[in-house]
Amino acid sequence: MGPTPPTALLICEYCDTVYRRRPLVHGDVARCVRCEAELERHHALSVNTLLALVLTALIVFVQANMWPIVTLGLSGQHNSTTLWGMIIAMWREQAQVVSVLVAFTLFFFPLAKMLSLGWLLWFARRGRRAPGFVPLMVALHHFGPWTMSEVFVLGALVAIVKAHAYFDVVADPGIYAYAALTLLITIFAGVDLRQLWNEPLVGLA
Amino acid sequence: MSGLRRASELGLIACTVCGLVCRSGPGDERRLQGDGVDDAMVCPRCGSGLHRRKPHSYARTWALLIAAFIMYIPANVLPIMRTASLNDVDDNTIISGVVELWRAGSPNLAVIVFTASIVVPVLKFLALGALLLSSQLGSDWARLQRAKLFRLVELIGYWSMLDVFVVALLTALVRFSVLSLVQPLPGVIFFGLTVVLTMLASMSFDPRLIWDGKDTDD
Repeated sequence: MGPTPPTALLICEYCDTVYRRRPLVHGDVARCVRCEAELERHHALSVNTLLALVLTALIVFVQANMWPIVTLGLSGQHNSTTLWGMIIAMWREQAQVVSVLVAFTLFFFPLAKMLSLGWLLWFARRGRRAPGFVPLMVALHHFGPWTMSEVFVLGALVAIVKAHAYFDVVADPGIYAYAALTLLITIFAGVDLRQLWNEPLVGLA
Repeated sequence: MSGLRRASELGLIACTVCGLVCRSGPGDERRLQGDGVDDAMVCPRCGSGLHRRKPHSYARTWALLIAAFIMYIPANVLPIMRTASLNDVDDNTIISGVVELWRAGSPNLAVIVFTASIVVPVLKFLALGALLLSSQLGSDWARLQRAKLFRLVELIGYWSMLDVFVVALLTALVRFSVLSLVQPLPGVIFFGLTVVLTMLASMSFDPRLIWDGKDTDD
C-alpha cells in the first residue's frame, strides 16, 4: 500500500471494497465495481446554492405548518386542520404512539435537519467549520432516514380522495406548501452530506 | 475480481458515520469486538464507534424483524380506523380501506396504497429474511442481486407510513360531531410500530456481510 494518506482512499459502505479516490468532473458518479453502489458523485450545487435551497425549504416548511392543509365541508359545517391539528387529534384519540411518530417524522426531524444544515452551510460558505460541527454531522447521519414529509404529501392526496366521496373538499395553501417542500427535499436527497467532512477549510478547524 | 481488495483484508476500516478510512493494527481486534469496552476504537474524525461490521448485526436484525412481523399481524387483523355517522358505524382494516378506495373511483391510488401498506412490508420481511439466511450460510449465490435488493429495501421502506398519515389526517378533519366522525383504532398503532421496526431492522443489517462468505466462482 505504501504511505497513502487515508483521505486518498474510499471504501464502499455496502461491500467494503477499497478504492483510490479520483477527482470527479461535472456529472460524474463513481460506482463500486463489485456491488454497483454509488461511491461518490460530483456536486453541481455550490455551498451557496445549497444554503439558498435550505433557507427556501425552511420558509416553505413554516408555511406548510402554519397554514391549514385541507378543509372539509358537510351540510354547512366546515373543518380544517394543520399538521399540529393532526398531532393533537391523534393524541386525544388514544393513539399517542402515532401522534409522537407523526410529530417526529413530519415536524421535529425535518425541522432539525434544515436548521442544522443551514447552520453548517452558513459557516462552510465562509470556509469555516461551524461550532458543533461534529455532533451535528453525526446527528444528521442518524435522523436523516426518519424525515417523511414526501410520504405525507401522498398520504394527504389519498385522504382527500377518500373524503371526497362524502364531503366537499377544498385544498388549502398548506398542501401546496407541502408539495413545494417535497420538490426541495428531492433536490437535497441527491446531496451527499459526507462531502462536508472533506471540504477544504480555511482557517482553524 | 482479484484486483478488488476489501478493507478487512488490508487492515482498513471505514467509519460508517462519516466515511473516514481508518487503519487498524492486529492489536486492535479486541477493541473492535468490544461493543461497550472502555477503550473501544472510535473514529478520530467524528468520534463514532468503529467496527469491521455492524455489531451483532444478525441477532439485532432478526430480533427486530421478528418483532415487526409480530406487530404486523394485529396491524392487518385489527381495524385501523372507525368511520361513524348518524346511522352506521364502519370499521376499516388496511385491506378494506384499499378495497373502498378502489370502489370509490380511484384505482390508481388504491394500487399505490396497496403497494405501500401490503407489498412493501411483505417484501421487507421476505427480502431481509432471505438476506439474513443467505449471508449467515455464507452463500455466494446472486450476490450482486442481493446487494441491490438490500438497497431497494432501504430506499422504499419508509413509504409504508402512508396509511398512518392518512388515518391521522382524516381523524383531524372529519369532526362533524354527530353527523360524521373518524377515530383511529388500535390497528394503526401496530402498523406504525411495524414500519418503525422494519426500518430499524434494515438499518441494523450490514450489507457487507453479503460479500463475506468465500467465493467459489472468482
